[in-house]
Amino acid sequence: MSQRQITLKILRYNPQEAGSEPRLQSYSLETAEAMTLFIALNEIREHQDPTLQFDFVCRAGICGSCAMMVNGRPRLACRTLVAELPDTVVLAPLPFFELIGDLSVNTGKWMRGMSERLHTWLHTMEESPDICRIEERMEPEDAEAVYEMDRCIECGCCVAACGTARMRQDFVGAVGFGKIARFRLDPRDIRTDADYYELIGDDTGVFGCMSLLACHDVCPKSLPLQNQIAFLRRKMAQVSIRRE
Amino acid sequence: MKILMTDVLVIGGGLAGLRAAIGAKRRGHHVLVLSLVPPKRSHSAAAQGGMQASLANVIRGQGDCEDTHFEDTVRGSDWGADQIVARMFVNTAPKAVRELAAWGTPWSRVRRGAHEVIINAEKVTLTERDEAHGLIAQRDFGGTKKWRTCHVSDGTGHAMMFTMSDQLIRHDIEVLERTEALALIHDGERCYGAVVRNLVSGEIFACMAKATMIATGGAGRLYRVTTNAVICEGMGHALALETGIAPLGNMEAVQFHPTGIFPAGILVTEGCRGDGGLLRDVDGHRFMPDYEPEKKDLASRDVVSRRMEQHIRSGKGVPSRFGEHLWLDITLLGAHHIGPKLREVKEICETFLGIDPVHHWIPVRPAQHYTMGGVRTNHTGESPWLKGLFAAGEAACWDLHGFNRLGGNSVAETVVAGMIVGEFIADFCDNPANTVAQPVKLAQEFIRREKDKLEKLLNQPGKENPFRLCTEMQEIMTRCVGIFRSANGLQEGICGLQRLLQRSRSLGISGKSRGSNPELVAAYRLRRMLKLALTIAHGALQRTESRGAHFREDFTRRDDRNWLKRTLAFWPSDPETLLPRLEYEPIDIKAMELPPGWRGYGAKDYIAHPDTTERQFEIEQIKSQTEHCDRFAQQEALMPYTACLPESLRGKNERLDEPLESAQ
Repeated sequence: MSQRQITLKILRYNPQEAGSEPRLQSYSLETAEAMTLFIALNEIREHQDPTLQFDFVCRAGICGSCAMMVNGRPRLACRTLVAELPDTVVLAPLPFFELIGDLSVNTGKWMRGMSERLHTWLHTMEESPDICRIEERMEPEDAEAVYEMDRCIECGCCVAACGTARMRQDFVGAVGFGKIARFRLDPRDIRTDADYYELIGDDTGVFGCMSLLACHDVCPKSLPLQNQIAFLRRKMAQVSIRRE
Repeated sequence: MKILMTDVLVIGGGLAGLRAAIGAKRRGHHVLVLSLVPPKRSHSAAAQGGMQASLANVIRGQGDCEDTHFEDTVRGSDWGADQIVARMFVNTAPKAVRELAAWGTPWSRVRRGAHEVIINAEKVTLTERDEAHGLIAQRDFGGTKKWRTCHVSDGTGHAMMFTMSDQLIRHDIEVLERTEALALIHDGERCYGAVVRNLVSGEIFACMAKATMIATGGAGRLYRVTTNAVICEGMGHALALETGIAPLGNMEAVQFHPTGIFPAGILVTEGCRGDGGLLRDVDGHRFMPDYEPEKKDLASRDVVSRRMEQHIRSGKGVPSRFGEHLWLDITLLGAHHIGPKLREVKEICETFLGIDPVHHWIPVRPAQHYTMGGVRTNHTGESPWLKGLFAAGEAACWDLHGFNRLGGNSVAETVVAGMIVGEFIADFCDNPANTVAQPVKLAQEFIRREKDKLEKLLNQPGKENPFRLCTEMQEIMTRCVGIFRSANGLQEGICGLQRLLQRSRSLGISGKSRGSNPELVAAYRLRRMLKLALTIAHGALQRTESRGAHFREDFTRRDDRNWLKRTLAFWPSDPETLLPRLEYEPIDIKAMELPPGWRGYGAKDYIAHPDTTERQFEIEQIKSQTEHCDRFAQQEALMPYTACLPESLRGKNERLDEPLESAQ
């Protein structure tokens, strides 16, 4: 595609600064071949507005720092090619998460809270294994299945797109379910469905999900969230029936 | 003035920092971690292909052990590595992989029976042993004799980072996210923590600690084309350098990775070639065997990168509107391999290049990748110049990598060094002699100094733009201090960088916010980056030889007689200073287990040191005297190192072919 002029309308607001009001600010930019939103936003910051806030780390789609709303849809800005966008693009910070300023949100804080709440680490019998010894065996398929879910980058897109999260701030979101599914698939983890029920067996967990499944559609890592959430809900429902 | 007190302050939330934090916490110390970003976003997570550890599970890894890993690492370093440290490392690497396995990392596993692989462009059938089924698998990487690289598909760093960060949360260790260290608090002899700045609120305060650790990763962003994340600006290196007391080691040793996608510089893993991928030129010709008949496409990174640039210079590059590049061909691996094993690579190619690597060749060209230089430490990870200051991982010059790091040895170093240095930090804190009253007044003075600096920066009427100066610096580094270096180019680079350093004294900041202010951050980081850039360029100009990744077109041979030594760079405290002061630390051949020789790839021609023959002779003698002993006793006779390791990490490593006796 040849070069063209595009307009980025960016939602500006700095809650740290007294008197700052949310507003859309327009920036005009000449596109270049292979330009991503990472390149575009940095160019704006360097040449037009040094105060513009946004987050990038790896700029290669693997760290999950740069999720934002691009024309109303959550996605990774670094993996968004400007050539695929229309002439006018509206950029806004992810909803749901605490706003730091402009396009920067505090996903880190929320994700840590989620991890603490869902105990997203491997639970084993052996507290300190003998690391001089040959490792415990694992079926290659099991390792692959765990990695499939372990690919989550905690970018927050799934939560930003979630209907339930829009209504309740305490919802654990697809990212949380993905973590539970990951440890549930891991043969090394000793927790049972009854244990997981304690973590996600209510409306803030898997029974709060309305199956709108925007999470599945927007996940930049294409995690199989739809299947995993449905499966988890069935398993958790079984635990709950057994308890009745 | 706010002052937080802790036992251990870890600056940097990547793998090295977090592993050390966990180690110190388990020993009962209070730990505080500072991180520019949420830890899981650290650049450690970008490591793709894998981590070297001599587990010897796969058939092509059979017979692998610490000795082979040690030799590969030392040869890879072009004899710049500290061989004691290399020994400590290779003995701990298998433990690190196994610990992570026990903590949840889903390492790819061995499947029993026959499977087809591509080796040297030919299909080969390998048969994995029954008894290896379900153990951690290894793949091939450059510069190694055996298949040693443990991996989680090609998202190894990500999987390790998530495991580690979740363990950190489990251990209830506090992380101050989006917090940056501005200066180390010290009295010239002892480090007491750091002055830090909250990047959101702008609050400046002090974190005082018994032990302070720098684990901030590399400095790739000094270059225009780099695989490094945008946060890899060398700010940890700068913290040490700006003390004027703690030197940086070997900063001129900068690695360029052969396969950054062109032109963005995003990494595609060495695993592409390890798994059988090939480099091709404008004619589709596989050129590496012409230059490197022994290791071909899998020579060490410094060698492959140089050969690629040499090949482009000879007119064989592929022209494009962004310049010339070469091709990486993984089409011969097939969809059934690329799908599960090179998944990130496929995603990167699809997203950033719009191609499917199953069917199309990938445009690549070498890009800055790794900073071998760092805060010079002894084997415990402590700076011998500033007590209480520790460093580990890419930010440190421990010195595992010498002048060239092997692929798969960086994520390995992060975790291994985290394990080892974490223990030594705990020892340091346990020692009553190191429990001194914290000099709060000193901290306040340092806080005031940093605040004044920032106020001055915000208010000065300068005209220079920090973003633009940074781009100019990156251009100079890529042009003058890159893969091929010469006196003229380096001299030109130094003059340019010095002019930038002078201009950086009149920066003008348009936004006056004391809180979140990207321009202010760019401004204060820029000055530090320029000092690091000058340290690299000056070290490179003085080093009149070629060693590992440091290649001088006017001094093409490795010169052991004059240059088998480590560069130490100190930044003088005089504010007018435009160059670091260099000193050199000799590397003693007589203490080496593996004296200098030919690496097995690359140039065969070098200037030998007179001690080499003598040491070779001694080694032969020791070997013949210890002929009847096992490999461990023989090794111990050549270069004892076990006592250098923390006691908990001294054990031997079990392998299928090397069972441990039941009571070790």
